[in-house]
Amino acid sequence: MDASGGHDLVIQTRDLTKIYRMGEVEVAALNGVSVEIARGEFLSIMGHSGSGKSTFMNLIGCLDRPTSGIYLLEGRDVSRLSSDQLAEVRNRSIGFVFQGFNLLPKQTALQNVELPLLYAGAAPEERRRRAQEALRAVGLESRLAHRPREMSGGQQQRVAIARAFVSEPALILADEPTGNLDTKSSDEVMEIFRELNRTHGITIVVVTHESDVAAKTQRTIVFRDGRIVETAA
Amino acid sequence: MNSAALFGVAWSALKQNAMRSLLTMLGVIIGVSAVITSMAIGTGARAAVAEQLQRLGSNLVVVVPGSITSNGVRLGLGAQQSLKLDDATAIARSVPEIAAVAPQANTNAQVVAGNQNWYTSVVGSLPSWPAVASWSIAQGRFFDAGDVAAMAKVAVLGNTVATNLFPEGSAVGHTVIVKNVPFRVVGVLASKGQSGFGRDQDDQVVVPITALMMRLTGQTWISSIAISAQSPDAVDSVVSSTQALLRLRHHLTVQSPDDFSVRNIANIQQAASETSRIQSLLLAAVAAVSLIVGGIGIMNIMLVSVTERTREIGIRMAVGAKERHILLQFLVEAMTLACIGGVIGVALGIGSSYLTSHLAGWQVIVSPSSIAISFIFSALIGILFGFYPAQRAAHLNPIEALRHE
Repeated sequence: MDASGGHDLVIQTRDLTKIYRMGEVEVAALNGVSVEIARGEFLSIMGHSGSGKSTFMNLIGCLDRPTSGIYLLEGRDVSRLSSDQLAEVRNRSIGFVFQGFNLLPKQTALQNVELPLLYAGAAPEERRRRAQEALRAVGLESRLAHRPREMSGGQQQRVAIARAFVSEPALILADEPTGNLDTKSSDEVMEIFRELNRTHGITIVVVTHESDVAAKTQRTIVFRDGRIVETAA
Repeated sequence: MNSAALFGVAWSALKQNAMRSLLTMLGVIIGVSAVITSMAIGTGARAAVAEQLQRLGSNLVVVVPGSITSNGVRLGLGAQQSLKLDDATAIARSVPEIAAVAPQANTNAQVVAGNQNWYTSVVGSLPSWPAVASWSIAQGRFFDAGDVAAMAKVAVLGNTVATNLFPEGSAVGHTVIVKNVPFRVVGVLASKGQSGFGRDQDDQVVVPITALMMRLTGQTWISSIAISAQSPDAVDSVVSSTQALLRLRHHLTVQSPDDFSVRNIANIQQAASETSRIQSLLLAAVAAVSLIVGGIGIMNIMLVSVTERTREIGIRMAVGAKERHILLQFLVEAMTLACIGGVIGVALGIGSSYLTSHLAGWQVIVSPSSIAISFIFSALIGILFGFYPAQRAAHLNPIEALRHE
């Protein structure tokens, strides 16, 4: 990370804390995490379950708000936004890729990829054109009208990736993207991420517990007990 | 996100669950068709009642003498002897839009035939009387203009009188004695039964009005004039023309009140149609309850649907759907269900109305307003009962929704 990177941070958190209340007991799922992720990084997050990495993902994915601390996404403080404002941030700036693909089962690949553009208010022709482009970029131009169950796991995850970057976000968050895939599909998916990162300059954060997946990224952050314990290049 | 896209999302969701959507709509379909059918039957019944009343003489206008005030003592209507037979003749001649005029003079008498006798009321009138008062002749004939001119001693018996005086065999051709005057029976009236107030309408004897006035009572006045207008619409003008004519004939000045009273039975008709209106409202209320039950059915299924599609909602939220997007999606879905149910219900309601009319032989009238009311009502029910499930969907937490199995 060079010195000028500080001026172009996609993610910057300061003392990010999330406390869950379970009856009388308060549990700090995330305990004062400060991290900086520069634009164009390809980064992995590791940690056991319960380490706080999922909570961290939810927070930087704008799916949840921190109990305290500050989160700047592309320089804008998003830690105190309303849920509708967060929805808008997710729609414009963040793409999600999940372990279980999370495609709408009864819609075609094209319709699934069009979804973020639908909520962005894009016109039907534009939605269609951009969704086709995104599916072409992940090598699925021949599967536009297929429904999720008519496709392999690898293909489904590629549809999910197309959906994640169709709105040209600053950040793609991938939560165990290779967890349900065989080795060959895993490699394909990681290759697509690397390609997106390299050619489009999209910042990609991959949460994984497979070290060989983490090895394919430029940097790894390790969580334990709600804190960052290790940052390895 | 525009409304076309919203509708598209809702429509594809409903199409994917076609069978369930249809079953959900069933409540609304039955409700709407019940509203339309019951209102059609109600409206038809009202029209039928009006028609029957008209057949019974709803075009009827009756003139009776006025009351007398003498030294502060007021006698009731009919006490005056102001109406004359010539008044009736004048009305028949000069009031427009009238079908027939039947003046009437009354008395009561012990009527004797052989060894039988019977106390009854004796009515004097003209040959127009059966038409005006809606009577038909069961046996023999009614008296004619010649009988009236000749003050002929002929009588037509009501059914009750005939059966009491002539227990065995026909009355026609026999003689009855009224106040010591023998009358030849020329006909018997068809039975009408009791009137609305329990009076036996068949308990009377009808004779030429001239014979009654000259031979039985010696009176110069008559007790009423029954007029039948050509149509129900003409009743008002007949009333006012008759009033004007009689004031003129009775030489009444502007200051003096009417010495007669003109009435029509439109108010009775109004009461009858009010009754059937209340009945059809009652039917519609029952049907509306079934429509509400249909709405609860929609709410039920929408709640199931929201639970079932929690993950879908989570996915939509993750890619940027706002609360109102989710709210509208489910609201439009519920409304679409209700509206399509409404359209099918309207078609079914019209169909079953005509089927009822065909099978039961009832008169049914499908009014456009009943279609509009039930359709709008079903759309409202969609919004009303769709709102709670839609709001539940919109307020889901995206993280929990995504984790939902």
